Amino acid sequence: MNSLAKPGRWEKFFWPVLAAALLLAIWHYSVIWTATKVFPSPVNVEKGLAELFRKHVLWADIGDSLRRVAIGFGAAVAVGIPLGLTLGWYPAANQILNPVLQILRPISPIAWIPVAIIFFGIGDHAATFLVFLGALFPIVIACVGGVSNVPSIFRRAGRNFGLSPAQILARVVFPAALPQILIGLRIALGIAWLVVVAGEMIAVDSGLGYLVIDSRNSGKRYDLVVAAMLLIGLIGLALDTGFRRLEKIRSVRWGFRS
Amino acid sequence: MSTLDAMTTSVPGVKLHMEHVGMVFARDGKSVSVLEDINLDVRDGEFVCVLGPSGCGKSTLLNVMGGFLSPTSGSVSIDGETVHGPDPRRILVFQERGVFPWLTVEGNIGFGLSKLPSSESRQRIAHYVQMTRLQGFEHTYPSDLSGGMKQRLQVARALAVNPDILYLDEPFGALDSVTRFLMRGELLRIWQTERRTIIFVTHDIDEAVQLADRVVVLSSRPAKIQDILSIDIAHPRNLSSPRYLEHRDDLLKKIGLAYAE
Amino acid sequence: MNSWVRLRPVLFIAALVVIWQIAVNRHPGQLLPGPWEVLRGIGDLLRHGLLLKYVVASLFRVTWGFLLAAVIAIPLGLTIGWYRRAEMAFNPLVQIFRPISPLAWIPIAILWFGVGDLASIFLIFVGCFFPLLLTAMSAVHNIPDLYVNVGRNFGLNTADFIYRVVYPAVLPQLITGLRITLGIAWLVVVAAEMIAVNSGLGFLIVDARNAGNRYDLVLAGMVVIGTIGLLLDLGMRSLERVKSFRWGYSEN
Repeated sequence: MNSLAKPGRWEKFFWPVLAAALLLAIWHYSVIWTATKVFPSPVNVEKGLAELFRKHVLWADIGDSLRRVAIGFGAAVAVGIPLGLTLGWYPAANQILNPVLQILRPISPIAWIPVAIIFFGIGDHAATFLVFLGALFPIVIACVGGVSNVPSIFRRAGRNFGLSPAQILARVVFPAALPQILIGLRIALGIAWLVVVAGEMIAVDSGLGYLVIDSRNSGKRYDLVVAAMLLIGLIGLALDTGFRRLEKIRSVRWGFRS
Repeated sequence: MSTLDAMTTSVPGVKLHMEHVGMVFARDGKSVSVLEDINLDVRDGEFVCVLGPSGCGKSTLLNVMGGFLSPTSGSVSIDGETVHGPDPRRILVFQERGVFPWLTVEGNIGFGLSKLPSSESRQRIAHYVQMTRLQGFEHTYPSDLSGGMKQRLQVARALAVNPDILYLDEPFGALDSVTRFLMRGELLRIWQTERRTIIFVTHDIDEAVQLADRVVVLSSRPAKIQDILSIDIAHPRNLSSPRYLEHRDDLLKKIGLAYAE
Repeated sequence: MNSWVRLRPVLFIAALVVIWQIAVNRHPGQLLPGPWEVLRGIGDLLRHGLLLKYVVASLFRVTWGFLLAAVIAIPLGLTIGWYRRAEMAFNPLVQIFRPISPLAWIPIAILWFGVGDLASIFLIFVGCFFPLLLTAMSAVHNIPDLYVNVGRNFGLNTADFIYRVVYPAVLPQLITGLRITLGIAWLVVVAAEMIAVNSGLGFLIVDARNAGNRYDLVLAGMVVIGTIGLLLDLGMRSLERVKSFRWGYSEN
């Protein structure tokens, strides 16, 4: 958009590094100037990170969080995609079910914790259930949207070639809706990562979210708190980037540009 | 097939028979009459153009013929059988964006061939790739094809299932005039190689005179058959010959009337 | 026919409620309450004045956190999106902060603001800031080059250009982004109240459970949360529609 000359390739690294350096400098000097005894400086955080890695707890926590995301997200995909495709395919079903979904959707998954504890007890399963809930709605919505956005030309061509409704759904509607569904999946994955961290702060005693809360509660180790937050951000970013790669592979493979 | 179907007139040589076909849509509580009293017989292997101004209902007529819409009055029968719905024996080719973007050229052409053994379908696909001159692009995705190539791909996909009738809904409307010109030639060539009944909808008079055995002129909405013109020039048609220009002028006048209504 | 179609979802919900009640009747003594008890729970809360108090508390926090985030993030996002180098500089940082759940900021929020309203407003602010920033950046990217060129062609000065080209062009996308982010804010406030504050609908849920397993109040709270969240969303949608008509936009 800027009318200045096209930025050189070196600038792709220069500017973010500059911005990050600036941020670190402000952070570092704020800690010094305010003479805070509690808030960590960048150096403290780095040392804290090293400590976590050395103590090996970190890997277990990361593994726990990722595991809960994997299972919860996987379950949401397994339930959400068929459900979403059905609702998108049968507008009547959508019309009937939609109000229920619209009321359930604004309820934060965290608010489900007491109910989850009744059914799953405190621990792993409750957290996984929360992830499932958080990821389910975006997936269903993306499927419904994807199906209804399939141009009627494609459906008509499917009927013209003598395909049964099930075949049309599988061989025409689903491939046509896939780009939009994949975007919904990526968003749902991001939400899953947010929910797992939040859920671990209340309902479990392992995972990165628990690490954040525990570091504060047992000893006000704010250096570990910030270290854990950074890790959460980086892993979440890695998940998102990885999924985008996946999206690109399929699109290029089909030559399908949405 | 019910006795009623069997009783429908089956005149030898007549492929498509439309009798008193009317189409009324309900829009916002009002009823809009789009087609009125269409009576038409199309013979086997004929190339018929349906010509009319934009919005007059030509596409609706095609959709009724193809079984995508049920007429509110009258009947459509093909080979004596009443038309109940879409069928692979009569394939519709759309104006644009009809090819499936997630399938390659081969994938698209083979779309309707899943019931055939793979050796046969591979043969057919190769045959129609040749016929529509898409060799070398078998593994290309439609997003890398030009507009003309995409339309050729649609035609190849349609022909691959060996339909009796091909409906074309302004298939060249989205193409530039040079490509349109070339595509008409291609279509004629294909039609003369593998003769099928073709019903071709257009608003372009030149296109109609160039391609058709008969031109059905529709009035503006509600569409009625205003006139049917026979074009008895042998292919390839000389676009500057006096006969050609005569037919063209004739149609121009008739279309002029259609627009004036 | 039309009225039957409109009635169907209502009947469906009614059917679900009936099944729920039957399931609860079959298993007496377990913790999960039936719909009737939940309704009575809502009545309870209303009578004690708690419901109104908590709803107001939650809405208050959402409003402040959301507005603060909007006022800062949107102009910032529009600017960053406009200048390519600014985006190159800040985008990686934003991408790292974005996946951090706002709740992970709780220790820092409590450290800086103590337990109370300010902390939860801060959390909502964090939760809304990044989505709005990214929405604004994306909206600027989506301004067709054509409009920009026309603006330059007609020699508009900067202020005019922003007011007469940029603002109308980004508005639809911004409004949609605001609606989605408001939904996020509502999710965050409830979660934040469950952990870090002593009032509000989220607190109601946690408190009801802790102080005697009052699951009827828990579910009552959830129903109210869902309803208010839905109303917020519908309210924003009607705003969207008004603006679209005024600009004669076709919403893509």
